[in-house]
Amino acid sequence: MNTFLAIFNADLLVSTIRLATPIALAAIGATICERSGIVNIAMEGIMVVGAFMAVVFTFLSGSPWVGLVAGILGGGIFSLIHGAATISLHMDHTVSGAVLNILALGVTRYLMILFYGHPGTTDSIPISLKAYQFAIPGLSRIPLLGPLLFNQTPIVYLSFLILIAATILMGKTKTGLHIRAAGEHPLALETIGVSVYKIRYLGVFISGLLSGAAGAYLSIENAVSFSEGMTSGKGFIALAAMISGGWSPIGAYLAALFFGFADALQIRFQIMSRVRIPAEIFIIFPYVLCIIAVAGLVRRSRAPKADGKDFMIEKSE
Amino acid sequence: MALTGEKQICLEMLSIVKQFPKVLANNNINIKLYTGEILALLGENGAGKSTLMNILYGLYKPTSGEILLNGQAVTFASPRDAIRHGLGMVHQHFMLVETLTVTENIILGVEPGRGGFVDYKAAREEVRALSERYHLHVDLDEKIENLSVGLQQRVEILKALYRKAKILILDEPTAVLTPQEVDELFVVIRKLVETGVSIIIITHKLEEVKAISDRVYILRRGEITGVHRTAEATKAQLANYMVGRDVVLTVNKVPKEVTKPPVFTINNLTVIGDNKIPVVKNLSLAAAPGEIVGIAGVDGNGQAELAEAIRGLRRIESGSLLYKDKIINGDSTQFRIRKKMGYVPADRRRFGLVLPMTISENMALGHHLDKPNAGWFNLCRDYMQSNAKKLVTDFDIRTPGVGVPAEQLSGGNQQKVILAREFSWTPEFLLVSQPTRGLDVGAIEYIHTQILRMRDNDVAILLISLELEEIFSLSDRILIIYEGQIIKEFQAGGTNEKEVGFYMTGGKERSHE
Repeated sequence: MNTFLAIFNADLLVSTIRLATPIALAAIGATICERSGIVNIAMEGIMVVGAFMAVVFTFLSGSPWVGLVAGILGGGIFSLIHGAATISLHMDHTVSGAVLNILALGVTRYLMILFYGHPGTTDSIPISLKAYQFAIPGLSRIPLLGPLLFNQTPIVYLSFLILIAATILMGKTKTGLHIRAAGEHPLALETIGVSVYKIRYLGVFISGLLSGAAGAYLSIENAVSFSEGMTSGKGFIALAAMISGGWSPIGAYLAALFFGFADALQIRFQIMSRVRIPAEIFIIFPYVLCIIAVAGLVRRSRAPKADGKDFMIEKSE
Repeated sequence: MALTGEKQICLEMLSIVKQFPKVLANNNINIKLYTGEILALLGENGAGKSTLMNILYGLYKPTSGEILLNGQAVTFASPRDAIRHGLGMVHQHFMLVETLTVTENIILGVEPGRGGFVDYKAAREEVRALSERYHLHVDLDEKIENLSVGLQQRVEILKALYRKAKILILDEPTAVLTPQEVDELFVVIRKLVETGVSIIIITHKLEEVKAISDRVYILRRGEITGVHRTAEATKAQLANYMVGRDVVLTVNKVPKEVTKPPVFTINNLTVIGDNKIPVVKNLSLAAAPGEIVGIAGVDGNGQAELAEAIRGLRRIESGSLLYKDKIINGDSTQFRIRKKMGYVPADRRRFGLVLPMTISENMALGHHLDKPNAGWFNLCRDYMQSNAKKLVTDFDIRTPGVGVPAEQLSGGNQQKVILAREFSWTPEFLLVSQPTRGLDVGAIEYIHTQILRMRDNDVAILLISLELEEIFSLSDRILIIYEGQIIKEFQAGGTNEKEVGFYMTGGKERSHE
């Protein structure tokens, strides 16, 4: 019973939110990107770049806030490579995404040797965003929900705001309507005078910004340095969250929470385990869940019709 | 009828040239449009009609040439420019986003509302007012995917009117409509003209030109070959200009007595569709050697699933298929092919051919495991080549050679490859689905002649077509399919297009609103 309470308590929910945050950010970005018609499997790579840039700029400026902005913008700019390759150069979306994932590993390793003289892990930053955790007066006193939602660190708050903003963007705004049209029937959008290219670049860029934020979360909020491999497949779990969430921001967030919960649970099991089970068994737990969730849900959720389809206006006939 | 000379010219296209990397699509084209007239642009597929209209609409940039709007030279860098100058276009393949509502589609790109937000309430009111003004009624909150094609077209027209179109281009507007829907469309078009809209209709159907247009330009191979007042030209003349030779518009069908018992019979067939509900329900029919049984119906009434069941591509829920007095329910497609059941699928590019493979390989498909196309382990390339060469000559297939990929052929020639393949195996039963979809009069004439020749050779033919004209020019018996059931049967001589069209929509009275 004691073991049970040691695992299933309010702290479990708090760490669920924290572990879900990077997945949710990347998944919401990917949702917007794919709704515009561009398949994005490059979240992992973009997160790596975002995480690295955040650490470097925190060092250079001494402020993790500057690092956060740099991480977000770094992700956004890096994602434009994917945009240029798929939109302007009409390359296959999956191939371009795979290239970006590999490129990110190579580029960060190279830059790390250049800046720090060694690969692996960077030096620690002087102050992380965790130091700026703050409770919202009043709201944080609500039992259970208070510490969960209203006593958090900056990027976790940011992820809440982004969930709301993305939902409004997709449902209420003109740009959102154009993004949805671009992913379903791009020529319909082009023929009434809205540039599909611009809308799709926007979709890719937004997903880059959000994946960059997810990376920054990993390196300067949840940790104090950048290590190679620190993303550990979270970009791909975000992909699964996007699909399980049915290509909607709120769905993506809920799916991310589910994967975050699985992750939080596995960490506790590792620590609390009285039985001699190898820790690796628990570590694979969220990934196995991820496979099951996608296999079970993917048939019921429908991808945007023109997702992954190249768009070119003037074809010779 | 007012003389066009009294009216003002609202649009002129001067010396338009469009050179694609390999094709000269438009060669020095001049066109005038008068205010308030209905102008038809007639031509075969690939004649350059759509290219010309895409230039006018700002989708393509002309290689050279000029567009004058009310006497002023204009250049359209994008459709946005064209729309701003009062042009609207209803494309052949509708430009509607299926998952969005009618209102959302109509306002897309010009949404009312402050800042970045869409004011859906205002949008609905504006669209409602518009649809009432033009008597184009449609449920504004319904998603496009739930609407019939006729209503979808209505949404497309509303979309153009919402953008205050003064010149409306309609690209093959009747291609997907039932005869009743065509009548309704023509009523709408006439109403639009009364309100001062000028109309350009792109088409390859002569009936359409005669029925609705005031004047007609005829295009062939990227050039204008004639311009006429519609009232002063006969169909035969128009066809002649369009194809460049005399064309037989309705193939000559000699009545043929059916003397033999049916070779293919369907008894109480039920087939489940992709959405898990029955789409063919308790359907029975029979086809005897030497007759063409035409199945008429609106798309989506179970024709596709019926064809797949007959071919062995879809599981049969209940009922039986009888071929030469044997039940073939569980037999494989391969078995059916070897037993001489032929099939011309509706979608030639997806199911009829393997596009990247050569003509000779495509001609062997289906019998590629059998002699003489194959030996024990190997394909007999020599035989395949010589056989393909023979068929290319017999069926007049225009191709640089039998070694070119099928994708390089025009639609008509691709269809001839499929016909040549199926006919060369001397089938005893032939299922033909949509054999002339998207083809022009020249190719249609040829393919219809060939199908009739097979009938005269005592093949039992089941024809599925969405084109009523085709049903009428080929069938000996006409069956009408509606919601997966045969609801009516006619002898070919004993009915007319209006009556068949009436039953195709379920046989219910339709309100004209």
